[in-house]
Amino acid sequence: MEPVKGKAWVLPDDVNTDVIFPGRYMSVTDAEETPKYLFETVYPDFREKAKPGDVIVAGKYFGCGSSREQAATAIRYFGIGCVVAESFARIFYRNAINLGLPIAVVPGVTDHVSEGEEIEVDLEAGKLKNLTTGKELSFEPLPEFILDLIGQGGLIPATRKKLGIE
Amino acid sequence: MGKTLAEKILAKKACKSEVDAGQIVQAAVDVAMSHENGRMVKKSFEKIGVDKVWDPERIVIIFDHRVPAESERTAIGQKELREFVAAQGIGNFYDINVGVCHQVLAEEGFSRPGILLVGTDSHTTTAGALGAFATGIGATEMSAVWATGELWLKVPETLKIVVNGKLPDGVYSKDVVLKVIGTIGSDGADYKAMEYSGQAISDMTVASRMVISNLSMEAGAKTAFIIPDKVTEAYVKPRAKGAYEMLVPDPDASYLSEHTFDVSDLEPQLACPHQVDNVKGITEVAGTKIDQAVIGSCTNGRLEDLQEAARVLKGEKINPGVRLLIVPASWSIYREALKQGILETLIDAGAVVLNAGCGPCLGAHEGCLAPGETAVTSTNRNFQGRMGSAQAYLYLASPATVAASAIEGKLADPRKYLEA
Repeated sequence: MEPVKGKAWVLPDDVNTDVIFPGRYMSVTDAEETPKYLFETVYPDFREKAKPGDVIVAGKYFGCGSSREQAATAIRYFGIGCVVAESFARIFYRNAINLGLPIAVVPGVTDHVSEGEEIEVDLEAGKLKNLTTGKELSFEPLPEFILDLIGQGGLIPATRKKLGIE
Repeated sequence: MGKTLAEKILAKKACKSEVDAGQIVQAAVDVAMSHENGRMVKKSFEKIGVDKVWDPERIVIIFDHRVPAESERTAIGQKELREFVAAQGIGNFYDINVGVCHQVLAEEGFSRPGILLVGTDSHTTTAGALGAFATGIGATEMSAVWATGELWLKVPETLKIVVNGKLPDGVYSKDVVLKVIGTIGSDGADYKAMEYSGQAISDMTVASRMVISNLSMEAGAKTAFIIPDKVTEAYVKPRAKGAYEMLVPDPDASYLSEHTFDVSDLEPQLACPHQVDNVKGITEVAGTKIDQAVIGSCTNGRLEDLQEAARVLKGEKINPGVRLLIVPASWSIYREALKQGILETLIDAGAVVLNAGCGPCLGAHEGCLAPGETAVTSTNRNFQGRMGSAQAYLYLASPATVAASAIEGKLADPRKYLEA
């Protein structure tokens, strides 16, 4: 898997799924439509400022709350290259992996990355480099099983392969 | 080395003699539940490209989030799913007149000890109150379950929570679990299982236990067990849809940590804006003005909750500045509350009774708040923007505390309304 390189958008601790994708839009089930409501309630200007390929850098427990998959779908279909956080809430973490959205758990990341800095994340090597400041951080790479799932594009392609479809 | 309940159930479901925390396993699913978001599961399922679900008898679809449909978009989604259910021969389908999924799973005998139950809803942990390994998953993973009957799961480490003592009148399982979450934090059990035991837990009804397992999700729990006992079996046996096994943890199981509480002197607890672990006792926050009071949801919309609310509200009138909304967790509860005259007491006090469902809990279609408003609610999340405006404030509490607050128009201690 190629390292992900992009501009960092820094978010605080405990960004929950109601903040990422408000419950009132849960009837929106077309993946392509979900980014229209990304962060709408609390960070309404995120969608104008951020660009596909950018990276989200968040504090602890990113994605806590509901199991709504649109939270991960909206980030993935907006085109965010990777979500890096001090820690993730369980269901968001699983949804991201199963949708093929690259994620990395990097303790200490919020102390070393500021908004607008360019960073590079190598999921396989477990390395994060702040290209603006030169600072490098190591983290425990995801288990091979999970890297493989992300690499295959998520659970749907992996399930197709398992069932011998195509 | 002994095994935790999570390790025992997942070993069984992965067809292994034993598994340890941290291991990733492919586990066979016993019950796969979705609500209206089954529409998203269906879309992913179609992308996988198989024609038929793996086992229509193990799939359960329950409409609860927006019932009846509040918009054309929702109506279209529900129609599509009704057609899918019919085409796939999924008999376990519950339309808009049954109740909240987690309550219906229990009432209809799907939630059972020793099984693996997954649902596309975070509060699926509720079924842990009956000894199931029950956890919330996303729509994409559910589509893989529909196709294969299996799911990858990391075997979680377990937190052991011991709750000793006897709950005073006017203090409930909601107060207990809020106390626990306030102590361990909103990510205190992230990716972990929780096992609850102790006298105060053993003394609880199944309905009260479901509050504990339900709200443990707000500490991040992957699953939250009440160790199955006679109370569990008495509830499960007459209604079980399928086999179950009264699995319990080994006495020498290895836990990540142990936390002991004594609740004999516990006062009513509230989760204050905007985090479920921002927990305070009623004496600290009493007097805060409120605009709306909500009693209901998968957390606290059961018969005993409505009974306690009626005990507080009997012969009283709610404050004219307050809107009190009642949302029974299921139709069977609604019907029973009607028969027992509970709804009449609540309506006489000034309450509005809504259809059984998720109602205002997630701000989707009814009971939304305006900027600057405050609500006290027996539901499960007080996140910013959860019940409408991002500039509104939510306090989570027991149904009795909500009822007392509705009378006074401000956060209030229910105990004074319960004195004989």
